Amino acid sequence: MALFLSQLMNGIGQGVIYASLALALVLIYKTTGILNFAQGEMALFSTYVTWWLTERGLPVWLSILISVALSFGGGAAIERFVMRPVERSSPLVIVIVTIGLFLSLNSLAQVIFGVEAEVVPRAYPDENWDIGGVIVQADTLVLVGVLAVECILLWALLQKTKIGLALRAVASNPESSRLVGVSVGTMLMLGWGLAAAIGAVAGSLVVPTTTALTAASMQSILVFAFAAAALGGFDSPLGAVVGGLIVGVANSLTTEYVDALDGIELIVPFGLILLVLLFRPAGLFGKVHVERV
Amino acid sequence: MSPRVRLVVALVAAVAGVYVFGYWVAQQNAPSDVRLFTQALYVGIAATGLNILTGYNGQVSIGHGAFFGLGAYTSAILVSEHGWNFVPTIPVAMALCFVVGALIGFPALRVKGLYLALVTLGLAVLFPDLTDRFVNGTGGTNLVTLRGAEVAVPDWYVWFPDPIADFFDEWVGAQDQWAYYLTLVLALVLLLGVFLIARSRFGRSLIAVRDHEAAAETVGIDLARVKVTAFALSALYAGTAGSLSVLVNRLANAGKVETFQLSIEFLVAVVVGGAATVFGPMLGAFIVVFLRDRIDNQDSLSDLFSDPNRAKLLSPALFGIALIILMYVLPDGIVGGSRRLVRRLGRRSRRAPAPASPLTS
Repeated sequence: MALFLSQLMNGIGQGVIYASLALALVLIYKTTGILNFAQGEMALFSTYVTWWLTERGLPVWLSILISVALSFGGGAAIERFVMRPVERSSPLVIVIVTIGLFLSLNSLAQVIFGVEAEVVPRAYPDENWDIGGVIVQADTLVLVGVLAVECILLWALLQKTKIGLALRAVASNPESSRLVGVSVGTMLMLGWGLAAAIGAVAGSLVVPTTTALTAASMQSILVFAFAAAALGGFDSPLGAVVGGLIVGVANSLTTEYVDALDGIELIVPFGLILLVLLFRPAGLFGKVHVERV
Repeated sequence: MSPRVRLVVALVAAVAGVYVFGYWVAQQNAPSDVRLFTQALYVGIAATGLNILTGYNGQVSIGHGAFFGLGAYTSAILVSEHGWNFVPTIPVAMALCFVVGALIGFPALRVKGLYLALVTLGLAVLFPDLTDRFVNGTGGTNLVTLRGAEVAVPDWYVWFPDPIADFFDEWVGAQDQWAYYLTLVLALVLLLGVFLIARSRFGRSLIAVRDHEAAAETVGIDLARVKVTAFALSALYAGTAGSLSVLVNRLANAGKVETFQLSIEFLVAVVVGGAATVFGPMLGAFIVVFLRDRIDNQDSLSDLFSDPNRAKLLSPALFGIALIILMYVLPDGIVGGSRRLVRRLGRRSRRAPAPASPLTS
């Protein structure tokens, strides 16, 4: 039982990682209708910035904050200068542009920051607590806490402020929002900026819990984040969080208990996605669109 | 364009094509360049297949690298472990990929657009794990390498009378030439396949399903059959490409990054060349493969950095930026874009004489 609970905690720790990146994906999808394949690499770049700042002797928390602020600007700039020209193109063209962004950011990060595996320091003491045989890691607690704060802030921003209202208006109907005086372009930039900032938080907190920061650090995480977002429904922030947790826990429990799937644990999250999509094609929390002919 | 101009253009293109691809590539180039052409051809085959699914049927897949890998492993394992000749493994790889594609295509009935892209992404990520687990290759890895003799030019042509045997010896005697011509023949057959599909009843139902699924269903199109067939066919093409890749590279492998990159490359080739056009994806594949090769072997970049390895790292960025710019300039791909250009020129030339007529009459 203690082992089970430890694995469960472990899975939750992994799950919140996927959830935070999935949240960033959902944010961009909700505001712009774009599936951002470069999300992981944007987070990678931000994490490199955090690492670079800590190397310059800044405290870790401060480095993360600066990196988040820079990422916000960077994300907005990417929307304005890279995505804006293809805003009205077919989804396929947009997919290709985000893939181009993916390749560019990944290789630029290596060119600028080097190819050596770097160790990013934690912003908090690395401790484990043994509570009646159940191992609880400080990593898990911090990640869960940060994700919770992010969710509350995001919820407050979207539901309680005028900017949030404008953001939601643009997401649901850009044409009409433009007519009532919402600056659609600014809102799209804001959406991308927020997503980049969330990615920066996720990357800067996640990478210290892994062995090292390399150019491939975010790729497997991005795949799981996609899985989480698909599971929860691409237009639901709540779905992203729940989806992330499900994927993380399922993965952790399979690794521990199902020897037959040794090395191919990924079957579980994708099997789950298939299963969910077969019965609820828009994901667990996604909105079902009714089509008129 | 008037029919006569069109005929002349088609004839010139056909003659030039036969000369370049039938003779020049394999006879006038160094083996390493011939290999590059062959690689472009097999990437083109996979892209042509993916175009059936993505271009004509509107289902985006970013996982066809997995089918490519399945085809590659089928051929490599049949040859290395079961002692088959290479050529008969190709139809086996095709059939296997078709069947597996149909099985995986079934969930695609329910899953749409974005979600399908993600399920196929899962395929690309899972496949390397599966090969790690089930393929027992060199030194316990998932790499299956073939010896030179196992992919050598078959020696059946020596049974022909001398002049014909000599002719074969001269034209396809070297391994790189043999791989090239075999790939070329299959590429032509499979291109013809898409050409015929695009003009068939099945092709029109593919497009109808893409443009409006519900409307297509109401006019009696069997959605399930159309979608699954499109998926299975595209898997068959990808598998053929994978099988042929073994002939060129003497190697079947499936790294996570490589499988994903390959899947992306197919999609990029489709969009760059022109989705829902017959020859676009093949053209796109040539551009992608050669562009990457040129960027990778670009020496002038090294001067920018003291460390030449750092310059190499920049090549994906250049490729990525080239992709983005291409999408800005030609969102409908090269074939689509040039069609637009031709139409515009055609309109202008017809309009040009018009102002002159009041003066002359």
